[in-house]
Amino acid sequence: MTIKIRQLEKIYKIGVERVHALRGLDLDIAKNEFVAIMGASGSGKSTLMNILGCLDKPTRGSYVLNGKPTHKMGQAALAQVRNEEIGFIFQSFELLPRTSALKNVMLPLIYSRKNWLSAQRLARRALERVGLGDRMRHRSSQLSGGQRQRVAVARALVSEPSILLADEPTGNLDTTTTEEIIDLFKQLHSEGQTIVMVTHEEDVADAAERIVRLTDGKIVSDHPTREDPVHVGFLHSAARAAVAAVDPTPSPKPATALSEE
Amino acid sequence: MFLLRTILLLPRLIAQTVFLALGQIWANKIRSLLTTLGIIIGVSSIIAVVAAMKGLENSILNEFETFGARKVYISGDRPRELRNKINWRDVQLTFDEIDAIEEHCPSITKVTPLIMGGYPAQFADTKLDGVRVTGIHGEWHEIEGRSVLLGRPFNDIDERERRDVCLVNDKAIDELGLDRDPTGQTVLINQNRFTIVGLVETVELSEMFGGGETNAEVFIPISTAMRLNPNAWVSYAMGQLAHPDLSEDAIAEITAVLRKVRGLEGDYPNTFEVGVVQQFIDGFKRVAGAITAGAGGIVGISLLVGGVGIMNIMLVSVSERTREIGLRKSVGARPSVILTQFLVEAVTLCLVGGAVGLVVGEGLVLLMKAVPDSPLEDASTPLWVVVLSVGFSGATGVIFGMFPAIKAARLDPIEALRHE
Ligand SMILES: Nc1ncnc2c1ncn2[C@@H]1O[C@H](COP(=O)(O)OP(=O)(O)O)[C@@H](O)[C@H]1O
Ligand SMILES: [Mg+2]
Repeated sequence: MTIKIRQLEKIYKIGVERVHALRGLDLDIAKNEFVAIMGASGSGKSTLMNILGCLDKPTRGSYVLNGKPTHKMGQAALAQVRNEEIGFIFQSFELLPRTSALKNVMLPLIYSRKNWLSAQRLARRALERVGLGDRMRHRSSQLSGGQRQRVAVARALVSEPSILLADEPTGNLDTTTTEEIIDLFKQLHSEGQTIVMVTHEEDVADAAERIVRLTDGKIVSDHPTREDPVHVGFLHSAARAAVAAVDPTPSPKPATALSEE
Repeated sequence: MFLLRTILLLPRLIAQTVFLALGQIWANKIRSLLTTLGIIIGVSSIIAVVAAMKGLENSILNEFETFGARKVYISGDRPRELRNKINWRDVQLTFDEIDAIEEHCPSITKVTPLIMGGYPAQFADTKLDGVRVTGIHGEWHEIEGRSVLLGRPFNDIDERERRDVCLVNDKAIDELGLDRDPTGQTVLINQNRFTIVGLVETVELSEMFGGGETNAEVFIPISTAMRLNPNAWVSYAMGQLAHPDLSEDAIAEITAVLRKVRGLEGDYPNTFEVGVVQQFIDGFKRVAGAITAGAGGIVGISLLVGGVGIMNIMLVSVSERTREIGLRKSVGARPSVILTQFLVEAVTLCLVGGAVGLVVGEGLVLLMKAVPDSPLEDASTPLWVVVLSVGFSGATGVIFGMFPAIKAARLDPIEALRHE
């Protein structure tokens, strides 16, 4: 197992108030899985992702990543795990402004043992992998939203992490670029990459093989995508909508109605 | 393991950070300038002050060197409170006293009495009134630092026999119309025929040391001077220190000898005066040291102010770049690495400030040297000030950059990434 979580709890303390963000999670994710984590806002998705990404530590419970008990590690050791094992993709891209795509992608390697030349080579390869081979010298501010997120994906991939974590990676993107990024994820997955992705959009989750649903810090369902009742329901209604859009009889002017919205 | 990793990573990281920091400084030129103003002022002022003091010291020491730093002056003197009770003739030095000094003062190698007089001098048809005629021992040349350029100094026979021989200077040659090599020519001094045996070197002194226009000078053996005017008295005596460090000893020894010879007891005041040129030099060096130390104080304060400025700008930088710090941490930068990064940035900023200060300071030094006839012509920056200024600038960066750097290193990655 790549990821092995047992009785994971996270309690935030704000003054005397305590927020129980995760309430005893058990979760295993194997190598080369593509998992979507879904749930309402505030259900604990980001909290879980931050712990998976070793950005945060659980209050209780264990998280073993590739056999390493991360819940027992100190700050420096966690930093090394983040550097070597984890590629994290944020909703808001988090690229360094006024910095070229190449330099952005090289950032994790600055903190690794790689020398500058091989770091540059790896960064180029990662950018080519996400289809930005021709944009390496562009500054992040000169790139579109979709391109920025691709740079962020390249940065997450550059150190060849065992898991790729993405917290609502398409949350700031429009429909077209969302599809681009999802296609990219699918491609990476087909190449063997383990991916855990948070989303609240069913059509985005459709790319994953497995959907884990959270409610109030607890896992309420964990199924393969094709067997997830909510998702299957969504697919049916989407298909009906598509059929309705193609069939002109139920609504006389669907195209106009859409464009007027 | 982690430590080893850090050590391996460190040089590259520092190089990268220095590069980044220089880029930041260049991108925010004005802000960086204002931030490092304290350091720039501090460093440039210490450079300028030290160089100026050095220049002043060099020119003054050179001057003293020419004048004779090892000279000791001894003369009779009536103490202020006894001015009306003692006849000034009674306190003048005697030959016996000078002999006693020569014999009993180990810190004095040579002594010569001087008898000054003004006499009419004549060569052929040229007559001069009131030419300065000084009676000296042969040792005077070395003490005064004015050697005999042509001919010879006085010897024992000249002194014993009170011979009518004399030495002249260039000015006397000019004014009396003597030959360029006047040895063997004779002049009438106070109606006595004197044979010129040599030419005495003229030393140019700045006005500070009573230099300026040189007069015609004639030197005669001290015994001859006494013969010329049996009522003459020793104007003063001049000695030479065995070593420049011995000025205190020389004063003590001479004072003891003269008090003993003159039978001065208890708290009876000295009826003579001893002056050592080296003491002025020491005094000057003390003043120069004090001024340099004062400048050091100013620099300390400006570095403090500069340091606070650096701390402020680094805190601003940490808060402006909170998200960036969060990102760097999230991709694997350890707290120690972030700490190093910000510390290096602060140090780089300070060192750049220090470098600008050096340049400005050197500019000031060049300006000082450019002033015509300035006593600061020899102004130069000693290496130690450069090293010290750079060192202190760097230290300022470390000290005042530490708090912001720790703050950055302690940031929680998630909190930092959420920062607006
Ligand atoms: N740093 C924090 N301090 C306090 N409470 C937090 C913090 N982060 C998240 N929470 C709370 O934990 C719960 C889960 O949050 P989160 O994991 O961000 O949910 P999601 O990503 O699913 O929207 C929410 O109630 C949220 O308010
Ligand atoms: Mg969230």
